[in-house]
Amino acid sequence: MDQIFVNLKDWLVALFPAGRQQELVSALISVAALIGTFAGLFALTTVLERKGLGRIQNRYGPNRVGPYGILQPMADGLKALTKEDVVPRSADQVVHFLAPLVLVAPVFLALAVVPMGRNMAAVDFDAGILFFFAVGAATELSVFMAGWSSRNKYSLLGAMRAIAQMISYEVPLILSSLAVIMIAGSLSAVTIVEKQAGYSGLIPHWFVLTPWGFAGFILFMIAAAAESNRSPFDLPEGESEIIAGYYIEYSGFKFALFFLGEYIGLFAASGLAITLFLGGWNAPFPFLTWIPSYVWFFGKLLALIAVFIWVRGTLPRLRMDQLMNFAWKFMLPMALINLLTAGVWHFTPPGLARWIICALLVFGPYVALGRTLFESKKLAKRTYSYAE
Amino acid sequence: MSATFVMLAVLTVVSAVAVMLLRNLVHCALALAVTFAGLAGIYLQLNAQFVGFAQLLVYVGAVAILIVFAILLTRGREPPLQSVFSGSAIVGFGIAIVVFAVLATMTLSSRALGMEKPGEANASVAQIGEQLMTRYILPLEVAGLLLTVALIGAVIIAMRDKEPE
Amino acid sequence: MLGEGIIKGMGETARNFFGSYVKEDRLTTVQYPEERLPQKEAARNFPFLVYDGKDWDKGLRCVACQICEKECPPQCIYIVKDATKKPDHIGKMQFQAKVFDIDISVCMSCQICVEVCPFEAIKMDVEYELSTGDRFGQLLLHKDQLAKSNDYYRKIHPTEAAEVDARMGAEKAKAEAKAKPAAATSATPSKP
Repeated sequence: MDQIFVNLKDWLVALFPAGRQQELVSALISVAALIGTFAGLFALTTVLERKGLGRIQNRYGPNRVGPYGILQPMADGLKALTKEDVVPRSADQVVHFLAPLVLVAPVFLALAVVPMGRNMAAVDFDAGILFFFAVGAATELSVFMAGWSSRNKYSLLGAMRAIAQMISYEVPLILSSLAVIMIAGSLSAVTIVEKQAGYSGLIPHWFVLTPWGFAGFILFMIAAAAESNRSPFDLPEGESEIIAGYYIEYSGFKFALFFLGEYIGLFAASGLAITLFLGGWNAPFPFLTWIPSYVWFFGKLLALIAVFIWVRGTLPRLRMDQLMNFAWKFMLPMALINLLTAGVWHFTPPGLARWIICALLVFGPYVALGRTLFESKKLAKRTYSYAE
Repeated sequence: MSATFVMLAVLTVVSAVAVMLLRNLVHCALALAVTFAGLAGIYLQLNAQFVGFAQLLVYVGAVAILIVFAILLTRGREPPLQSVFSGSAIVGFGIAIVVFAVLATMTLSSRALGMEKPGEANASVAQIGEQLMTRYILPLEVAGLLLTVALIGAVIIAMRDKEPE
Repeated sequence: MLGEGIIKGMGETARNFFGSYVKEDRLTTVQYPEERLPQKEAARNFPFLVYDGKDWDKGLRCVACQICEKECPPQCIYIVKDATKKPDHIGKMQFQAKVFDIDISVCMSCQICVEVCPFEAIKMDVEYELSTGDRFGQLLLHKDQLAKSNDYYRKIHPTEAAEVDARMGAEKAKAEAKAKPAAATSATPSKP
């Protein structure tokens, strides 16, 4: 049961003559499975997100198309397909056309290195994590292309904001995952997951259950939210400020592609978070290992997405200076301290003492940074000069 | 020469030519990003995973964005309308041919040509890391120091205009 | 400590999320076409013409004075006077409108026509389901579409309609009281 998809693929590949043809077929099957699964997941997530946000705001959410509104994505997709695709006359036609493609292709590529079950990574690179971040870099370029080619002030503003934000948050994102890479001693996603297999009693050996892993996980999730322009870091899109930012001039299916790219980026980041911190496809308890590994992976993925939706329903959008201050004055120092803590963890002998030392090493700076950065500014009571 | 290499080479060269010939500066920058990506592909094709990904991460992710930003923040006018070939193009071509000739003769007369082809290089990321941390630790540290100095310098330059005059 | 507020906020939204499944009265919205919220009495959107009695054409209060047409800021009212006259509620002969059109795609619901009308003939409607397949033809309402009975007016704006009825009743009583001595002295009926 655990290997059903792997076996299915092997069987399909074996139908073809050996050699290059088999390699090609194997690659094609992996790609098709990836795109199919995650496009389906995207459709599911859009409707779940809208329903969840609705419930958070004491509304019903979409409930008209199909039972409980579950067919809403079909309606949305049809609408996006049949809508007129407007390209502004002064827009740079070629770049405007290419931008959504440049966004969608790399995020799907990034998914390729995430292991989704036992033996279920599309490719196992020696430097898989590096690959993930390398292809992720292209999204910044696509955002710039979209913003610049639209010839619109708002879209250019949105693109500038997006790039500034992405570059700033890429640093803590990579630094927080660096701690895991250091401890696991490998850049390969599959090896990192294997390092987290096994249990001490009932407790799994996931990195999130260590002080540096927990802090790293939180930092990673915050940075991932910022990287994928999710609320509360959705300044580049800020509907109320710059009317959807860099995709203001996109309509119809190109807009849908941008939307898809954002969500797939979110899935990829969540998938990497699972791989790095949450034990990948490993079951949380030893007596649950009979459940197939891919069920665990996708279960964790949906849980992380639920957290993202929850955060989106809770927090208001940040201001630009708050965003930058948070990235450079809080996230970056914390990520560096976390890296140091991971080093200390590696070189101290296992035991309770190591736990306490590392927890203090992370928690102390957290409290200190929080105090100095965010609680020093006490707002005075506002006084009005003219109005009573 | 495999088909992959031909495709990557054509992509790289065509986009590099486009960088020179396109009139719009932003288009040039985007074409440059394609050139970087093509180079990364060639590294990957040569089995140099680490270098290839680093090329993508640094050049496409950072340098291209940096160039684009620089263009956007400095350019104050529309691109000039005159031909992309300036009057001194012939001189430039001449210099280019001379440089190429020098490089070609040097390469052709090099002893490396007569040497045996090295076997398939298969340096894993772990090996590269090992080497960087042991044998090449000094260059690594110096590079790190340089970057830190540059970073601090940039911060100081950026801070200056906040002081009251 | 940093992050406390976020945890508190997350708790609040989680309570909303689960609460909305448990307690129906948390939900602030209704399922529109099936459920409707009761109409507020002060609601208004587009004007209509009031008529008394059974026959809408005979009972229309409008006397085609064209004040509303002139006062209408977006000029969405179009009136053509008819040559024949008809009696109004106190029996006086008045003009009537041959054509009375309101283009509700232009109307801005300002209620100025209602304010200026001396004959209580035009009032604001509360009907809001006005979608049509033809945005030019079917949003131009004619006299027959605009005419609605006084009973309808009483139903949608009870307080206002009661005031209007009282005022018009008083006018009628006054006119009748005036007509009686006149009829007694001259003995010739003024009504044709």
